[in-house]
Amino acid sequence: MTEARLVEGASSSAPARSGAELSTVTLGNGMQVVVIPDHRTPVVTHMVWYRNGSADDPVGKSGIAHFLEHLMFKGTEKHPQGAFSDKVTELGGQENAFTSLDYTAYFQRVAREHLRTMMEFEADRMTGLVLSDEVVAPERDVVLEERRMRTDTDPGAQLGEAVAAALYARHPYGTPIIGWMHEIEDLGREDALAYYRRFYTPENAILVVAGDVTADEVVTHAEATYGRIPPSGDAPSRSRPREPELKASRLVTLADPKVEQPSLQRCWIVPSYTTAAPGEAESIEVMLQILSASQTGRLHKRLVVEKRIAVGAGGWYQSTAVDPSRLMLYAVPMPGVGLEALGTALDETVAELARDGVTEKELARAKTRLVADAAYAQDSQSSLARMYGSALATGSTIEDVRNWPDAIEAVTAEQVKEAAARLDPRRAVTGHLLKDEAAR
Amino acid sequence: MSAVVTEGAGVRYADRIRSIMTPGGIEAWLVEDYTVPIVALEFSVRGGSAQDPEDKPGTAHLLAGLLDEGAGPYDATEFHERLDDFAIELHFGADRDGLSGHLRTLAKHRAEAFDMLRLAVCEARLDDEPIERTRAQVMAGLRHESTDPDTMANRAWFAEAFPGHPYGRPSKGSLESIPLITRDDLAAYRARVLARSTLKIAVVGAIDETTLAAELDRTFGALPATADLRPVPLAAPQGIGTRRLIDFDIPQASIRFGGASIHRTDPDWLAAIVVNHVFGGGVFSSRLFREVREKRGLAYSVHSQLAAFDRAPVFVGGTSTKNERAAESLAIIEAEIASLAEHGPTEEELVIAKKYLVGSYALRFDTSTKLAGQLVHVQVDELGMDYMDRRNALVEAVTLEDAKRTAKRLFGDGRIFTTVVGRPAGL
Repeated sequence: MTEARLVEGASSSAPARSGAELSTVTLGNGMQVVVIPDHRTPVVTHMVWYRNGSADDPVGKSGIAHFLEHLMFKGTEKHPQGAFSDKVTELGGQENAFTSLDYTAYFQRVAREHLRTMMEFEADRMTGLVLSDEVVAPERDVVLEERRMRTDTDPGAQLGEAVAAALYARHPYGTPIIGWMHEIEDLGREDALAYYRRFYTPENAILVVAGDVTADEVVTHAEATYGRIPPSGDAPSRSRPREPELKASRLVTLADPKVEQPSLQRCWIVPSYTTAAPGEAESIEVMLQILSASQTGRLHKRLVVEKRIAVGAGGWYQSTAVDPSRLMLYAVPMPGVGLEALGTALDETVAELARDGVTEKELARAKTRLVADAAYAQDSQSSLARMYGSALATGSTIEDVRNWPDAIEAVTAEQVKEAAARLDPRRAVTGHLLKDEAAR
Repeated sequence: MSAVVTEGAGVRYADRIRSIMTPGGIEAWLVEDYTVPIVALEFSVRGGSAQDPEDKPGTAHLLAGLLDEGAGPYDATEFHERLDDFAIELHFGADRDGLSGHLRTLAKHRAEAFDMLRLAVCEARLDDEPIERTRAQVMAGLRHESTDPDTMANRAWFAEAFPGHPYGRPSKGSLESIPLITRDDLAAYRARVLARSTLKIAVVGAIDETTLAAELDRTFGALPATADLRPVPLAAPQGIGTRRLIDFDIPQASIRFGGASIHRTDPDWLAAIVVNHVFGGGVFSSRLFREVREKRGLAYSVHSQLAAFDRAPVFVGGTSTKNERAAESLAIIEAEIASLAEHGPTEEELVIAKKYLVGSYALRFDTSTKLAGQLVHVQVDELGMDYMDRRNALVEAVTLEDAKRTAKRLFGDGRIFTTVVGRPAGL
């Protein structure tokens, strides 16, 4: 009985269609507009995405994308420092911004009647930023404190930075989004403004509005606000160095007296949705799900349940990226288990998948779980807005996102084997986090 | 969900929420909505880590991690595989005062989802294998947190503010206590706490009343009728007016501070929310944000919140500043507390805080899961089914006098208890 219901449950899961009513237009100045109607609640999520992130930081200026994101809250000629945030607060809205490897985004969530106001402020901020040394200096201190908080007090985060730096020999994905401490310290007003003028243009921006709105009203408002910004002439291109294919494995070790729980990670560079051949990234996604699902994945089964050498194991894949990106597997050892032995067991688990493939049940389960995420995303307008915004900002299309469930369903057992074969330990970068027993 | 409609649109929350009583006598609040084909269920029972055996803190937290690790006919692996086969999301959690469950399913797998919830709630096996495995995971987490500055500062704050009280014990347990917890401890805790008498349930999504009633009777009907909770004494934080320094070799000092607050049932509760918003609750608008971060660049994160534990309401806040300037950060925080205690917020601050709190209320319930969670809170706090409609008017009604009085009640003579982890200069 269990068997029959399992199969039925898995196969009857029709692909979820997210954003069925979604529409898109491009304004005369080149700015793309995406509208995702969601009429369940009278609020809107208003986001502007810029197609630039930390990977577009000029050499020697690491952290400038992120620093500028902070400085974007410092006011314009028309709306001095604090005016935008005060308005959002007064309207009972929420706001924030984030910087990633490939994009920077700003958002507000407000009652639907305030959408136009948000668009006026955000459009003004695209070209009207005013910076003085008096506001830049303390904000740089804020970023330095942010770096101290996230990285410099956390050996695990320090290892993560070193592993990324080892994984990427040439490409800026190897540089931390927040930047290196010594380079942040030297960032100034002129650096921020130069970067701002280069990237904050209508051609480089994507407006995503999700919520209780119609496409017509969003386009009308967008033309009256963002549409008035003259085009800069051409969209900035992203020219980043390509990675050489390194044949060597690399081991990066961080030993610190503060480490009480060691851990292991192995990383590879793999295609992203933007660089992959059709179906390839989806295969990697399904393969990773089969390996790393939290309680049902192969790594959990082999290392945690059967061999009892790990307390946890899993993985992560930065699939939404402009350039080939990172896939990471990790394991946390049981007390007394060495990281070398743990790594060997991890490799065996991956090799077994590459050699013997998957069962039909495992494949169906992985697909069901992944496809359901698209269905669950429909319950959250901000999730939908982020899903489409990040895809578009990294070079995917709306059709790609819409067809994603179908593409996941189409992944074959053979493709999963091929994807697993990519994870060759002889080409991996491995990170060991260890307690420094000698210190103190 | 169409339930989340503000007053402007003329639809009241109370008109969309139905209280249903099942034939078996289980009450739940339901918002029936078919816009998205999913069902979200949230529930809680009273208890939480405050009911842990005194020498075994972490029992509730460990139990919450084990309820979905094998139940009824399924061992842990089979149970999780079955959840994944139907894309059912099910997990449990424990905080200081409650044990909670969270279920989300596609509507087409509703029957399987409720069946899995029933098994976890009523027939969790607590097999040796998952107990030992989960214990090892919890220990690994505790080892990791043992050198995390924020966690260290937070733990020290509660341990020293509530010595000898359940709230002073670590809710996730300790490296000493977790190894002591036996299967019998877990089963005994479950038998005492997981009962219908304190059960509050809310469901949002694509399910009708009759179907839900039948599912709830099947799911929760077999639970004991009455919880057997030990009384938790009322308490107030100790150490007010003192600082505790914990030496740790890191470049930045992690600071926790706080003091006594008021109960959620207090008539001044919403005035306290307003005052805290002015102090450190508002992300880009609070005094702490402006003074500590924006003007001086002393920290990335600086915040405060009201933590309304059932038996000891407190306000707590935190920040992280490089060692060289930690004393400056703390002095500013203390000055703002003293200023609010003496003068309260300004008229302008009051107006802005109220506008934000009123306007943003609907944003809190923009997903089925969040709405269901809120409906459980409203039930636990016995605020009434019309509370979500009344709440904004209650905020509007807070006067400057109310805010000043409440600021004085919260911040008293301006003294706080502070823990600092790091190597701060001049503290």
